[in-house]
Parts: sequence; structure tokens; C-alpha cells
Amino acid sequence: MERTLTRYIRALRSAGAGVSTTEAMDAARTVEVVGWEDRRVLKTALGTVLAKSVEEKAIHEKLFELYFSREAAAAAASESQPGEGEDPDSGQLGEGEAGAGGEPQSGDTEDGGEGGDEGGDGGDPVEALSALVRGENPGKMAMALERAGAAAGVDEIRFATQSGYYSRKMMEQMGVEALEARLMEALGRRDAQGQADAEALMGDRSALQKQTRAFVEARFEIYGRSAQDAFMNEILAERSFGALGRSDTARMRALVERMAKRLAVRHARRRKVRDRGRLDVRRTLRANAGHDGVPFDIIWKIKRKDRPKIVAVCDVSGSVAQYVRFLLLFLHALKEKVTDLETFAFSAHLADVSRPLETLPFETAMRAIVDEVGSGGTDYGAAFLELDRDFTEVIDRRTTVLILGDGRSNYSNPRLDVFKQIADQAKRLVWLCPEPAPNWGSGDSCLLEYRPFCTLLTQCSTVIDLERALDEILMAYD
Amino acid sequence: MTDAVTGAAKSVETPEGLASVEAVLSMLAQSGYIATPEIATAVYLAHHLRKPVLIEGPAGVGKTDLARSVALGLDQPLIRMQCYEGLDESKALYEWKYGKQLLYTQILKDKIGHLVEDADSLDEALHKLNSFQDIFFSRDFLEPRPLLKAMEQSTGSVLLIDEIDKSDEEFEALLLEVLSDYQVTVPEIGTIAAQVPPLVMLTSNATRELGDALKRRCLHLHIDFPDAELEARIVRTRVPGVSERLLERLVAFIQAVRGENIRKLPSISETIDWARTLILLHADSLEPAMVRSTLNVILKRQSDIAEVSGKVEALLDSRDKAGR
Repeated sequence: MERTLTRYIRALRSAGAGVSTTEAMDAARTVEVVGWEDRRVLKTALGTVLAKSVEEKAIHEKLFELYFSREAAAAAASESQPGEGEDPDSGQLGEGEAGAGGEPQSGDTEDGGEGGDEGGDGGDPVEALSALVRGENPGKMAMALERAGAAAGVDEIRFATQSGYYSRKMMEQMGVEALEARLMEALGRRDAQGQADAEALMGDRSALQKQTRAFVEARFEIYGRSAQDAFMNEILAERSFGALGRSDTARMRALVERMAKRLAVRHARRRKVRDRGRLDVRRTLRANAGHDGVPFDIIWKIKRKDRPKIVAVCDVSGSVAQYVRFLLLFLHALKEKVTDLETFAFSAHLADVSRPLETLPFETAMRAIVDEVGSGGTDYGAAFLELDRDFTEVIDRRTTVLILGDGRSNYSNPRLDVFKQIADQAKRLVWLCPEPAPNWGSGDSCLLEYRPFCTLLTQCSTVIDLERALDEILMAYD
Repeated sequence: MTDAVTGAAKSVETPEGLASVEAVLSMLAQSGYIATPEIATAVYLAHHLRKPVLIEGPAGVGKTDLARSVALGLDQPLIRMQCYEGLDESKALYEWKYGKQLLYTQILKDKIGHLVEDADSLDEALHKLNSFQDIFFSRDFLEPRPLLKAMEQSTGSVLLIDEIDKSDEEFEALLLEVLSDYQVTVPEIGTIAAQVPPLVMLTSNATRELGDALKRRCLHLHIDFPDAELEARIVRTRVPGVSERLLERLVAFIQAVRGENIRKLPSISETIDWARTLILLHADSLEPAMVRSTLNVILKRQSDIAEVSGKVEALLDSRDKAGR
């Protein structure tokens, strides 16, 4: 029993739910209190003890079904064997026998049963294996699979591509090599009997392969799936937006949403800071009126912090569009934290696009935006001029102006005077550029001319860069 | 470990309402709280494992109400502590009664003068005073705040720490001793342990992530918006006068509204308020005009009201189709 639970906790951990030792002990106590009998009660009870957030609850929901359906099946199978009690965990003990050894008393029963069965099969390992595969005794087959799985270390599986390797290892554990040898021999006989034997053996072999494969895949769902996910996410996080394929987009969106949530949590600190050293005389006097004016409780002045206010100005011309897409995704995922967000897009000219982004589904909005601002030659100078002329009221002393673009302005006038004015008006001006630093200022790029007016100019081509940049922006409001 | 656990569990008497998950369900139902199996399991485990429950979920789904109903069902006092920014130990644990201490010093001034009168040296006078100093730092001068009060209840109690996410992180650290050992340490007096461990419930609206140390010490319960059937049962319990026909339509409408893209989703408390409003207005079915004029009961943002108001017919309709 204990073993079933510890292994389940291990599965939870490998799926990314952090379960501490204390919680594992709590889980053991929980099982004592609620018992194994009622599956639904057990599930909710373990969920209460082991999963401490909505995400962890989801992991638990999924994994519990996967894990305990297997347990239940193994238990049911072993129950069908004579001499086994009604202990729902006895399926596990068969496994324990192959591994570290289960409870001694039940382990003995298991061993005894096993020996007897093998004797009954006539002692030929190939015959025994064939009988097993043909499903004459499903309980025994389940147990044999468990044992071979433990010996092959299937629980270590991390990638779907490993399932071939592990199922072969399991088949070897179960003695497929002897079967294959006999198969070769039968094929070599070249008579009708030999052909029939070979066909039968071939059938058994493929049936065995199918069953071990299914077993390994089920284990992958429990132990490997989330490890693989985490690995893919890690790779994706470091890949340039420009190099993302269509198939990565869905995963990327999920990743961006998760990162945004993490960022929002990190910056969800209190909005007030005690200004130590400056006494709030009025409130102190009032609070101590009850003590005859003797100031027991000292009240300090409090500094209030600004809410983040971001004005994003994005170049949506072909070369940068892909980057903009993820910046906007990220910003909108941060909506809870950044309530005050204005978005402008420009290419040939500039437009306020906050409205379509809020009301339309994201992809539709992106298409509408590109249609609206046109795909003509990018003109940064003109865009800044329009921003300053038409929307000057959105930028004030609390605003961070966030520009995303490569600064390639087709040799038009960069209008540094207007840019300086915007920079002076804003709290901070942050420029994110998809190109690496050595390319800044080459060709028609005016980045180096804009640079002196920026609070921060940084390369931003992967989702990690993006997270770092937004972290930095939000830090100014903490 | 097994023996230790059962031993500890025996020392606390299990009230009838906490004997099994079903018992918790029916106890809560009697106090007017319709619970899901998850909620009942959490309450049941909280008692048997002697652990606090951390309840998370959107505003208005009955997190605070759960604590109130458990207290009512167990017939134990509910001690409630509302958290806010700047909450500290003098408001949560205990405070010395400064005024009383001050007053007593004044009154006893003469007595003290009398006492040290015959001392020859300063040292001797100090020594004499030393033997009395603890008078002013004894239980008589201690003002218990919610946490200490909960420890002192001899009948057991339900301690509700409301909106823990509103408090500062330092306050969480302060709670750890109370939550894991059910005791409060007052440096001048010593450690005050709970006579009967209270059933502790913490609620959070997740405005900030709580510390790991706190989460690990608690059982975790997430209450979400209920499904249509459960919501109907809850409203029926809370608003007995509502007709079945109206109830069904109004719950379906609320469920549909929750699927809309709005900022603040209506929760159960809003459903109940709306049911009461409609009864007051003698409405026995949902007419678009009536719905539109009472939308402000369920939606609390102007932009949300504008959004839904244009879709009232569609939302009422879609439900009708789904119903058939």
C-alpha cells in the first residue's frame, strides 16, 4: 500500500507537481483516514492534500485516472487467481517481488502461486510465453508485464521515441529471444509443419510486441509525458520567434501565457511602501488619543506606487510582424497586472489598435491590424510624428513607452526631435529590437541615432528575452 | 507513525457532524450550505488530520460562508480575522493593555513609593521592585486578539482567516506557528497552547501567490463556480420563495453569462441576490426587458453590462434550445 502511494507521488513529481515530504506523510495519513475502498473519496482526499494549486489539481486529476486505473486492473487480475485475498493492492505486490520486495507474507503467497503455475505449463519457457501471450490467463500476463517492466526500468521513460527501446527490453526480459530462436529454426525447416509453427510463433511474437508496446505507452503517459513537455518548452523558449514554425505556435502560446502568469505573480506585490523615518503626525495623534496622547503606536507615512501604464508601439511590417505577435500575446496575457495598456501599430502609418485587440479573437485582430496600417515601406519618423501629434495625451509621467521594431526606416527622416519629445514626456522609453546588437546601425537602421533617448535598448528575439524585458519594465513600478 | 497519529486523533473528540464525509455533507446542508463532495472531504480531512484548510476561488462562491456554516453546524463559536495590508501581531495575536497598565502605575505610584521607602540604596530598591515587575505583564493585562482567542476556547472553535492574500508576507510567517502547532508564544509569559485545536480555514482570492511554507502546511480546496444543478439547489435553499420555473431559467441564464467574455463573472452570491430581486419585482419568468433592467444586480462593471445587454435575447434563446 505504502508503495503504491509513494510511486504515485513520484509520478506526480515527475509531472511537475511539487510534493514535499511533509505532504507525502500527510497523504499516508489521509489514506489511513479515508481508506482505499472508495475511489472517488480517495481521489478528492488526495487532491486536497497533494495538489496545492489549480494547475496541480489538474495534474492530479489526470494522473490519478491513469495511475489508479492501471492499479485497479492489476488488482482485479490478481484477484481472479485462487489463494489471493481481497486486498486491492495485491497486484502491486507482484511487482514488489521483482523489485525491492513487498510485504513478506503476501510476497510468499505470490511466489508459491508462481512456481505452481510454471510447473503446470510443462517447463518449456517458449510454450509458457506463447500461452501467456494468447491470453489464457490475463491476470498472469498483467503480472508478467509488470515484472518485466520493473526489470527493464520502464518508469524511467522520458520521451515517446524511447518506447520502442523499452518494449524490446521488456520482451527480452520475458524471454522473447528463445521464441525468436525457435521461430528461425521453424522457418528453416521448409516443410508444411515448420511453416505452420513459424506462423503461430510469429503471431505470438507480434501479439507480445503489441502488448508490451501498449504497456510502455501507458507508462509514458504517467512518467514521461510531462518531462517531454518541459523539455520541448525549454527548447522553444530559447528559439528565435523568427524561426518558429506553424506547428510551434500553439505550444508557444501556452508557454507565453504561463510565463505571463508567473510574471504577474512576481510583480503582484503591494502597491504601498512604508516610508520609514517620516512620521505621520496626524494619524499618530488620532491613533493614540485613547492613551492620553502618549504615542505608543507610531504611524509612518506611506508611499503609494503607480500602477503600470504601458504604451506599446509596434512595427508590424513583414520583417518584424512575427515578433510583434508574441509581444502582444504576452502583454495581453498580462492584462491582470497591466490594466492600463494602449497599443499602436504602424508600418506606413500609425493606428490605435487597442480596440480590435480587446474585442476580436487574437488571430483575426492581427490580420485586421496589418490590413489597416498597410504594408508599405516602414517609416519610423512619420509614425513618431503621428503618435506625438494625435495621441500625445496617452503619454504622461507614469507611462512606459515600449517600442518594438528593427529601426529600419527606409532612409527616411528619423525625426529625432519628435522622438526626444516623446522620451521626455514618458517615465521610461524601452526599445526592443529583434536584431542582434552588431547589426544595429547597419544599412537603413537608425537604431544608433535613437539609442541616446532610450532608457533601455535591448535585443529581444526569444520568449526568454521578452520575459526579461517585461520584468524590467514592471520592476520600475514595484 | 501510525500509532502516533491514531493516538493524537483519539485525544480530540470527533463531533457527530464530522464522523464521515457524508455526515459533513448533511451537517452543512442543515446549516443551509450545499456542498460538493470536494468541500465536504476537505472539511472532514481538516478535522481528522488536524490541518488548516486553504480555500481559494473567485469572489462570491461561498468561501467565507463555508466557515460560517461549519461553525453553525458544529455549534462552535466562529472567530473571524479579516486580513488587510499592514495587519500585524498586535492586531492578530495579542496586545498589552497599555491604558490599563498606565492607569495602574499611576494608582500604585504611592504604594510603590511606600514600598521602596525603607530601602537604603538604589540597588536594594531595584531588587525590591524586581520581585513585583511581572504584575504588569501578566494575563490580566493581555488583550487577546482573534488568534489567541481561538486558542483559548475550551469548547473548540472555527477560526476563519479571511482573505489571507491581502495581508503582508511577514504576517504569513507569523501564522506558521499558529497553524502547525496551534500555539501562540508571548515572550513575557510563555507559550499558550490551544486547549482544543480550532478548525482553521483560510480564504484567498489569489491577488497574490501565497508562500510555499504556508501552502504546504494547509490542505488545499479550490471552490469554483457551481454547475447548473448545484447552483439551482443552492438558490432553492437560500431563496425558498422562488418558483421552479423561474429558478431553472435564471440559473441557465447565469450559466450562459459566465461563458461570455466579461471582466467580472457573476458568482453565486449574485445569483441569489438576483433571485431575491426578481421575486420582489413579482417576476415569474425572464422577460428580456426585465432582465435588462436588473442586469446591474449580477454584473458590476459598466462595460460588462453593455456587453451582455446587447445579447440578452440570444442568451435567453440559446438556453431554450439547449433545454429542448
